Amino acid sequence: MPSRLEVPSRLEVPFRLEPRGQHSRFWAWASPLVAIVATLVVSTIIFAALGKPAGAALYTFVISPVSSLNGWAELSVKAAPLVLIGVGLAIGFRASVWNIGAEGQFILGAIFGGGVALAAGDREGFWILPAMIVAGALGGMAWAAIPAFLKTRFNANEILTSLMLTYVAQLLLIYLVVGPWKDPEGYGFPQTRLFGDAATMPILVSGTRIHLGVLAAVVAVGLGWLLYAKTLLGFQLRVLGQAPRAAAYAGFSGPGLTWFALLLSGGMAGLAGVFEVGGPIGQLTPSISPGYGFTAIIVAFLGRLHPVGVLLGGLVLALSYLGGEKAQIDLGLPNAVTGIYQGILLFFLLAADLLIGYRIRFAGRRAVAQGGRA
Amino acid sequence: MTQQDGAPKPGMRSNTPLLELDGIVKRFPMTVANDGVSLTIRAGEIHALLGENGAGKSTLVKIIYGVMHPDAGEIRWNGRPVVIASPAAARDLGIGMVFQHFSLFEALTVAENIALAINDPKRRRGLKSRIAEISDAYGLKLDPDQTVHHLSVGERQRVEIVRCLLQQPKLLIMDEPTSVLTPQEVEKLFETLRRLAIEGCAILYISHKLEEIRALCDRATIMRLGKVVAECDPRQETARHLAELMIGASLRPTYHLHEEPAEAAPARLVVSDLSLESAGEHGVDLKSISLTVAAGEILGIAGIAGNGQSELMAALSGEALADRADAVTIEGVAAGRLRPAERRALSACFVPEDRYGHGAVPAMSLSENALLSAYESKKLAPYGLVDAPKTRSFARAIIDAFSVKSDGPAAEAQSLSGGNLQRFIVGREILQGPKVLVVAQPTWGLDAGAAAAIRQALLDLADQGAAVVVISQDLDELIEISDHIAVIAGGRLSPARPVGEVTMAELGLLMGGAGPREAPSAVTA
Amino acid sequence: MNLDLVVSIALSVISAATPLLLAATGELLTEKSGVLNLGVEGMMLVGAVIGFGATLGSGSAILGILAAAIAGAALALIFGVLTLTLLANQVATGLALTIFGVGFSALIGARYVGQPLPPLPKLHLPGISDLPVLGPIVFGQDALVYFSFAALFGVSWFLYRSHAGLVLRAVGDSHDAAHAIGYKVTRIRYLAVAFGGAMCGIAGSYLSLAYTPMWAENMTAGRGWIALALVVFATWRPMRLLLGAYLFGGITILQLHIQGFGIAIPSQFVSMLPYLATIVVLVAISSNRTRVRLNTPACLGQPFHATT
Repeated sequence: MPSRLEVPSRLEVPFRLEPRGQHSRFWAWASPLVAIVATLVVSTIIFAALGKPAGAALYTFVISPVSSLNGWAELSVKAAPLVLIGVGLAIGFRASVWNIGAEGQFILGAIFGGGVALAAGDREGFWILPAMIVAGALGGMAWAAIPAFLKTRFNANEILTSLMLTYVAQLLLIYLVVGPWKDPEGYGFPQTRLFGDAATMPILVSGTRIHLGVLAAVVAVGLGWLLYAKTLLGFQLRVLGQAPRAAAYAGFSGPGLTWFALLLSGGMAGLAGVFEVGGPIGQLTPSISPGYGFTAIIVAFLGRLHPVGVLLGGLVLALSYLGGEKAQIDLGLPNAVTGIYQGILLFFLLAADLLIGYRIRFAGRRAVAQGGRA
Repeated sequence: MTQQDGAPKPGMRSNTPLLELDGIVKRFPMTVANDGVSLTIRAGEIHALLGENGAGKSTLVKIIYGVMHPDAGEIRWNGRPVVIASPAAARDLGIGMVFQHFSLFEALTVAENIALAINDPKRRRGLKSRIAEISDAYGLKLDPDQTVHHLSVGERQRVEIVRCLLQQPKLLIMDEPTSVLTPQEVEKLFETLRRLAIEGCAILYISHKLEEIRALCDRATIMRLGKVVAECDPRQETARHLAELMIGASLRPTYHLHEEPAEAAPARLVVSDLSLESAGEHGVDLKSISLTVAAGEILGIAGIAGNGQSELMAALSGEALADRADAVTIEGVAAGRLRPAERRALSACFVPEDRYGHGAVPAMSLSENALLSAYESKKLAPYGLVDAPKTRSFARAIIDAFSVKSDGPAAEAQSLSGGNLQRFIVGREILQGPKVLVVAQPTWGLDAGAAAAIRQALLDLADQGAAVVVISQDLDELIEISDHIAVIAGGRLSPARPVGEVTMAELGLLMGGAGPREAPSAVTA
Repeated sequence: MNLDLVVSIALSVISAATPLLLAATGELLTEKSGVLNLGVEGMMLVGAVIGFGATLGSGSAILGILAAAIAGAALALIFGVLTLTLLANQVATGLALTIFGVGFSALIGARYVGQPLPPLPKLHLPGISDLPVLGPIVFGQDALVYFSFAALFGVSWFLYRSHAGLVLRAVGDSHDAAHAIGYKVTRIRYLAVAFGGAMCGIAGSYLSLAYTPMWAENMTAGRGWIALALVVFATWRPMRLLLGAYLFGGITILQLHIQGFGIAIPSQFVSMLPYLATIVVLVAISSNRTRVRLNTPACLGQPFHATT
């Protein structure tokens, strides 16, 4: 009778990962929910640690912003830029094109679109809004074209170049609003004049702030889904992201797809920028974005890099902005809390994603069962 | 019986086996890789471990080398039960291993690679001179300061062997060592191994090459489906009997309708004076390659890995473009500057060597993988919109026609075994009805049944009038299915010759013929 | 140009280069083990705020720097758990770390905004430190400047002269081969990640204790990302970081002096210089694909899962 030989115990790993062989569709959609719940639990603990009433804080953060119809309207206004940017980023990330400079492209979109609005002044004209929107998209695309060119021509990492350009864009915006575009009647504040009526996004639902950009975000989700799920181009982008050699084998052009992914995500970010400054903000200031371009990265991941998921992810992250503002006013918590939650949410999401590709087996039980002999 | 020439090790009775495995069990989620395996190895013995891919050989040697741990069973070393917790523990016992896929570090030097396998800091001193001693003593020429990525495959194996010998092993495990060597290099390796055995070192030799085992080994343990099915003296057995033990059934020979290509058969693929600088840093430049493949013909291209095969494949498929359009002619059209999709439009299809990530996208479904190369020829995406039902039914057709074991078109490619995925990829290309098909390593790593099925499919395709190029390291395979055979070495291709007119020895000389490999030019940049 | 100006420029270049050198040295070691941690900016910020707070609270800069190192390492370990144990995407996790670090540092730093702190003391050797030019530059720096050099030389020695460093390079070159011959790939990477995090924390503390002695939200202003670019610029060779860090230190200082030279450029354009220079440098290095590929640790950014 052969004696049994025990595996030497490896204390540091109490569990084992087992590849599923096939990705779990269940966990692909369940892991964001797990992450959201875990984030809420941790946030409650943090509230408690900060000495705030945990239940009330949770209510302030999660429920109260959407406890009224107007709250939902505000939510959709906040979600619109996140969704617009997120759809573009999601498609780019699928192709392993890591454009993390959407913040800069958003700013350039705002600058280009805002430039048209300022040039139009108080003039009337049906052409002003379309011209602004086109200019905004072009601005974002132009800014994204730089990393695209540097990546395809010089092999320069798009993460670093697109991010560096974000800092440049911010400085450019500050230069404009304190310099040539400064409002002469603005009491020295760093801001431009308010855009004229013809250069303001129409409100779609009266009594709310729901503007044209919200509709654009919904349309973007639909078009993004079509591109992602139904077209050969979307398929090509996904193949490029998962297996670049297979893409080359199939004859898909790597540089061409990289250009497309960057121009698309840059253009969407630019659109988001022009809708923001032409909509809720109405002028250019140094603080036109509370980090939409970075938050949209989380939106894209939370939405499974899928356009429809991005819509849901955008709503969740928009809630974190509204909740953060509420918490600041009602509970005296610093606004930075929002960033912490966003970071924690992404941590949990990435951790929970493990379950899509792997099964977790806890070693504990079996080791006990066989533990008699060594 | 065991050879007694070697000096007996102190404290070891000559009748105590060096290593005994008793009832080793190793379970994986899907399979039982080792199911009660017992094995005995004596000092000075060259012991073959024979079995098909998936028989459980690799798992067993990983257990002996401490990389994996058995779920049950006992290991005895010189008669004493031991737990081999790690490769370091195995090396401390005196077990050395040369891996199938070499475990070398490309960016490090030979000496650094060897130092990494020595646990005792004291023994790392004066390493370079001891490397020189060992490589002199066993005729394994090596430069300790050379970076590994400059080395040829044969040289890399030498690094692994020297790395083991420096530890003065009592047991040396060789995992499929000859699959990458020329026949001449194999003969030299055997000399080294025989010498080691005479000095008292036991050798566990893992292979599925029967003739080699009959030439080299004293004893053989044959595994099938995780169990030991036989033990024998391979020199007393016929290769055929060993094969039947290994496979568990007799194999149908492949069937080739086709005789000599008719004189009038049109040339479907012509390569003329193709030179191409490699894009990769470890790549091989192609130098003035010419070949012609006629309708109904199979051209075999032999050669040791890393001699320009992947570059040639890329140049033919369009993943790398030639300088001149007329360097590659497909169906009479100058295609050297055409991209892969345009070459496919000329009815050329390709099967690259690497299934996971090159010929198929592992995390995508079989449907999507069917779309990958057939979207144009099968019109699966009219106006840029993917026709999902049509794509699914094409994937279904491949699965049915090539007996791909899977959960249907929605199954992810990575959920298939290597053999089944290869059937799917080959099937996908063949069902597009190519006039020209280029395949690289079509049966690498497949079990005998799957390999035979794929060879038969290639023969059938040629019989239907296609021109087929098979790039393979497996000489037996090429001789079995090719009409003509050429050898690629150092980026040059020898003239193709009818397969009946060449001998193994000639092919071996051609394969090693380029002499020491030239350093890739890109490295100096 | 008088000597005093030269000395003052040299001193400011050193203080601008030091945080870059510290962070890049840590990240280089992490990347050599095959792990790409894009969270440098976040770890630096948390190091800056923790270092500031701990110094303010304890009155000891040494404790402050130590706390910053521990905070950076702790953050890096979160990254390690996610990417090394739970096999999460390294790019995404690094971004999450930065987003988290920005928020976290702003939250705990809110109470420190506007608080003054004496700058880190500088070495003073009577007589020697007072030598003209050389004295203040070579013998009159604070401890972290000397530490940045020591760390750089130490890392260089470790990687290319010690066996443990050889093992670390091996893990970054081929984790499968390293695993096959018995090295604990995941454990080695954890250590490398933690070291990188600690160095980023220290780099952050230099900003809040020595460079500006104060805390401000987002005070790193992209230095973490520049440090990441420097590792590419150095093609993963430690000694080349020195050149890169001081080059960027020089560019940072140039923007302070450029208007002093009477060149009329809006300050925002001058402030763009380091970011634009980063792009230029990246392009110059990356365009030689062969060189980049030969020097990049082959496993950089790839997850490792032992199948046993």
